[in-house]
Amino acid sequence: MLTDTDLQAIGLTLRLAGVTTLILLLIGTPVAWWLARSQSWWKGPVGAVVALPLVLPPSVLGFYLLLAMGPHGPVGQLTQSLGLGTLPFTFWGLVVASVFYSFPFMVQPLQNAFEAIGDRPLEVAATLRASPLDTFFSVVLPLARPGFLTAGILTFAHTVGEFGVVLMIGGNIPGVTRVASVQIYDHVEAMEYGDAHRLAAVMLIFSFAVLLALYAWRPNARK
Amino acid sequence: MKVPFSKFAALAALTLCSWQVLADEVQVAVAANFTAPMNQIAADFEKATGHKAVLAFGATGKFYAQIVNGAPFDVFLAADDTTPEKLEKEGQGVSGSRFTYAVGKLVLWSAKPGFVDAQGEVLRSGQFAKLSIANPKTAPYGAAAIETLNKLNLLAAVQPRFVQGENISQTLQFVSTGNAELGFVALSQVFKDGKVSGGSAWIVPDSFHEPIYQDALLLARGKGNPAAVALLAYLKSEPARGVIRAFGYGLR
Repeated sequence: MLTDTDLQAIGLTLRLAGVTTLILLLIGTPVAWWLARSQSWWKGPVGAVVALPLVLPPSVLGFYLLLAMGPHGPVGQLTQSLGLGTLPFTFWGLVVASVFYSFPFMVQPLQNAFEAIGDRPLEVAATLRASPLDTFFSVVLPLARPGFLTAGILTFAHTVGEFGVVLMIGGNIPGVTRVASVQIYDHVEAMEYGDAHRLAAVMLIFSFAVLLALYAWRPNARK
Repeated sequence: MKVPFSKFAALAALTLCSWQVLADEVQVAVAANFTAPMNQIAADFEKATGHKAVLAFGATGKFYAQIVNGAPFDVFLAADDTTPEKLEKEGQGVSGSRFTYAVGKLVLWSAKPGFVDAQGEVLRSGQFAKLSIANPKTAPYGAAAIETLNKLNLLAAVQPRFVQGENISQTLQFVSTGNAELGFVALSQVFKDGKVSGGSAWIVPDSFHEPIYQDALLLARGKGNPAAVALLAYLKSEPARGVIRAFGYGLR
């Protein structure tokens, strides 16, 4: 019932969301840890920057990214000098955009989970002569597992739902940047409402299933 | 700050008054490629008639979906002739009101001076990484670009370098920001005072693609609106046709 191009768009969307989630786990974890533990004056400004994509219109983010990553922008100059070409209209360009766009969805649940652990378990671990790194892996990670689950699912789902930024920097290339949300938009513009309905229904069911998993099955969600 | 009630009331009264004055207002859905000429025509129209034209710009296919679902537009200036025809048949437009207000011209354009030659040979050279076109499925200028490339026997060779704009404005934006070296856009977007206003261009001969007839339609909602009727009449007038020509469109 779904066409080949629809399936291609879905596959691409899942790949984009998966890669973005993995990268954000690596970047977001230390940032969230720092935000949860630091007493620095910088905590406020950094927290605000992390939350920016929540309130910024995707068109603002897309516009800046298009200019910055384009051949005349600073990021574009850098990637060109590294022999990588420019990022707009490529899969990795979308990954970079998605990392910015979904940043708060990874950091904020992690930060909450880290803060909920409190000082006590860390102090106990320290008296048992655990190194900070050891403490992080054998105390913090297990305690923060529900937080990681929430953050991962939210980041993945939010990236699947991305549209505005992709429209601004994607260039609608089949198999490279034409994700499911753009494919639906295309179907609607081409007045192929049957195709639009089928793909839209898939997205609706997927999103509901993800959120159901998150809300119904999340352990220790509320303390 | 607290606004005293009297000031608030005065403001409210003023707002109501301005509603009265602007009663003859026409809401127009305009194809993105016609943005620049329509801004000028709307200003002239307001001066000439006192009616106000409120313009919304976008992709024709999106406007179709919005109009069918009750969007508050009185007049539709489409980028093609098939969409207004379809709306007319479906009873969304006033039958007999449809006419071609402009004939689109396609241009291969680059922001870099000297990059595109006068015969479009740059397409054969392959000296570019990205070629920006409007989505051929939804935008007539995109479809015309595909026909042109087909005619040149270059479609298969350059297709892997396509980047697609959602509408013709975004197609131009990809080129003007340098993210694509060149692209097929509407001549009107890069044309001013009778010549291409910057960069380099090849104006594609009309014989390379089906003519891009852009039709206007009085929508069902605009039927009783004098401003809507006046705007369509104004579009056929000599001053408006002069503006349309000056932006590089043909006329039928």
